[in-house]
Amino acid sequence: MNLLELSPLELQFAVEQLLARYVQCIDDDRLEAWPDFFADPCEYRIVARDNVERGLPLAILSCDSRGMLVDRVVSLRHANIYERHRYRHVVSSTLLDAVTVDKVQARSHYAVLRTRTNGVSEVYSVGTYDDDIVSAGGRLLFRRKLVTFDTNRVDSLLVTPL
Amino acid sequence: MNGADYELPWPRLANGCGVPYRVFTEQACFAREQTRIFRGPVWSFVGLDIEVPNPGDFKTTYIGAIPIILTRDRDGVLHGLENRCAHRGALVCRELRGNQARLSCVYHQWTYDLSGRLLGVPFRGGIGGRGGMPGDFDPAQHNLTALRLEVLHGLVFATFAPETESLAAYLGPMVVASIQRLCARPLRLLGDQRQFMHGNWKLYAENTRDPYHASLLHLFHNTFGLYRSSQTGACLMDHSHRHTMLYTKAATSDAAVDLEVYKDVRSYDTNYTLADPSLLSGRAEFDDGITLVIVSVFPNLVLQQIANTLAVRQIITHSVAGFELVWTHFGYADDDEALRGIRLKQANLIGPAGFVSMEDGEAVEIVQRAVTQASAASSYIAMGGGRAEDAQHLVTESAIIGFWEAYRRVMGWTDVATAAGDAR
Repeated sequence: MNLLELSPLELQFAVEQLLARYVQCIDDDRLEAWPDFFADPCEYRIVARDNVERGLPLAILSCDSRGMLVDRVVSLRHANIYERHRYRHVVSSTLLDAVTVDKVQARSHYAVLRTRTNGVSEVYSVGTYDDDIVSAGGRLLFRRKLVTFDTNRVDSLLVTPL
Repeated sequence: MNGADYELPWPRLANGCGVPYRVFTEQACFAREQTRIFRGPVWSFVGLDIEVPNPGDFKTTYIGAIPIILTRDRDGVLHGLENRCAHRGALVCRELRGNQARLSCVYHQWTYDLSGRLLGVPFRGGIGGRGGMPGDFDPAQHNLTALRLEVLHGLVFATFAPETESLAAYLGPMVVASIQRLCARPLRLLGDQRQFMHGNWKLYAENTRDPYHASLLHLFHNTFGLYRSSQTGACLMDHSHRHTMLYTKAATSDAAVDLEVYKDVRSYDTNYTLADPSLLSGRAEFDDGITLVIVSVFPNLVLQQIANTLAVRQIITHSVAGFELVWTHFGYADDDEALRGIRLKQANLIGPAGFVSMEDGEAVEIVQRAVTQASAASSYIAMGGGRAEDAQHLVTESAIIGFWEAYRRVMGWTDVATAAGDAR
C-alpha cells in the first residue's frame, strides 16, 4: 500500500480503522492479538505528561520489542494478580501528519473508562496517542506508539495496556 | 476533631500480634495520626534535593495530609513551609512545582520570601486614610509556618516538632548506612510515577515490612528468580523497630531447593520464560551482592533498589481509606548511556504498572474492603515467631510487629511494653 496514492479521506479512514481495531482488540480482551498491531522492532511507551513536560524519560510501562509486548500479555494472564476489569477506549480527533510512501504519523485523543467488578464505570485515564504508523504487506502497523497520559495519578494499578 | 481522646483496645496475644482493624478505618484514628505522627516528633521524607536544584525552585507535597512547600532560596538554602497563608488559610502554592522569586497568595496577595517570611500585605496602610491593618500589626508574627529540614545524601526530611531528635539519631545507623549505600553520589532524576491506593496507609507500611508475601503474591518476582524466600536475605530493624530493611541476594537461589520449597505454592512456575529477556539483563553495581533492598522509614518513605532500579516512594495519606504513592526514580549523574537505559527498561518491574509491584495496590485494597465493617476484629501476625526481632531469613513478619510497637508508642498508646512483654 503506497500511502501517497491514497486520498486524504482514504488515508484518514485507514488510520482510524487501525485505531478502532486496536482499541476493540484491547476492550474485547483479545490481548493475545494485541502485539500483532505492532511492527518489529517497535516501541510502545506509556508516559506521564508531567514527566514529558519536565524533560524526564521515565515511563510507567515501556516496550522496545514485540517480545516485550508478548511478555506483558503472558504476565498479566499468568503471573499478575489484579481485580477483573474492563476498559472502553474512546478515541477521537485523529490528525495525520508527515505522510510518506510507507509511513504516516497520527495524533489522537483517548479516554479510557474502566469498569470494575462492583459495576462502577469511571474515567481511568485520558491523554494522547502519538503513533508512527508504517505500511507493510498491505497492512498498517504501529512502529511506535507513545501514550501520554494526563491522569497523573494512576488509580490502583495499570495492567491492561492503553 | 483531632482524635486526642481516641482510644483503641489492642488485643493481648500469647504469641504474635493482633492489630485491631479499626485502626485502618476510623476517622478519629486518622485525625490522631495527623497530630501525633505527622505533626509530631518524626522526620517525614519530602523529596530529593535535585527536585529543586535552582534558586527559586519549589515543589508542593504533603506530610501526612498536610500540604507543604519545599523551596530553595536565592542563597541555595532549602526551606520547608506549611502551604497555608498566614492570613486566611489559603494554599499559597497551587502548582506541583515551579520557580518563583517569592511566594504570593492569590486570595489577597500576601507575599512571602522563599523562607516563608511575610514581605508585604496589600493596602496595609489603607486607601486614602481609610481601612488598613491596625497600627500594631507586626508582619514578623505572620510568617508561613516553617518546618525543620535536614538533608542526608540528597534525601530531604522535614519535621514540625521542635523536639524531634537529629535526623541521624532518628534514622539510626542501619538506615543511614543504607541511604549512604544508594545515595552518596550525585543523583540524576529519571521521573515520577504516581499511584493512588484505595486503602489505609498503614496497610502499605505493613506490606513493605513483609518479606513473607513477596514470593507468594508477586508471581513474576518468584518465577524469574528476582526474589524467592529461599534466597539469602534478612529482615532487620533499627533499635526503635520503626524502620526496616529487607534485602536479598538473587545469586543465592538453588533451582532444586526452590522446587521442593515451593512445591505446594500456586505461584511457582519455572517453566515460564520471557520472550525478550533483555528486561532482566542488568548490571552488577554493588560489591555486596545485594540485588533487592527495601528500606521502610517511618512514617512515609520507602527507599528501594530492585535489580538496577533505584527509587524513593513517598506515602501521602490523603484520607483514612486512601493514600498516594509517589515513586521518584533516580540514577547517578555519571551513569553511562547503557546503564541509564537499563534503569529505564527495568522501571517496568516497579511502580503502578510494575511486573513485581502492581499487586501491592490490590493487596492493600482487598484488606481495606474486608475490614471496613470488621467491628472489633483484629489481625493475627506471628510468622517468624511473633516477636519484633531481626531475622536472617525471609519467612517472617517480625518487622510488621516492630512497626506496630513503634506506631503505638508515637500514638501515645503506651502499654506497648506490657503488650510486648505479654507476648513473650
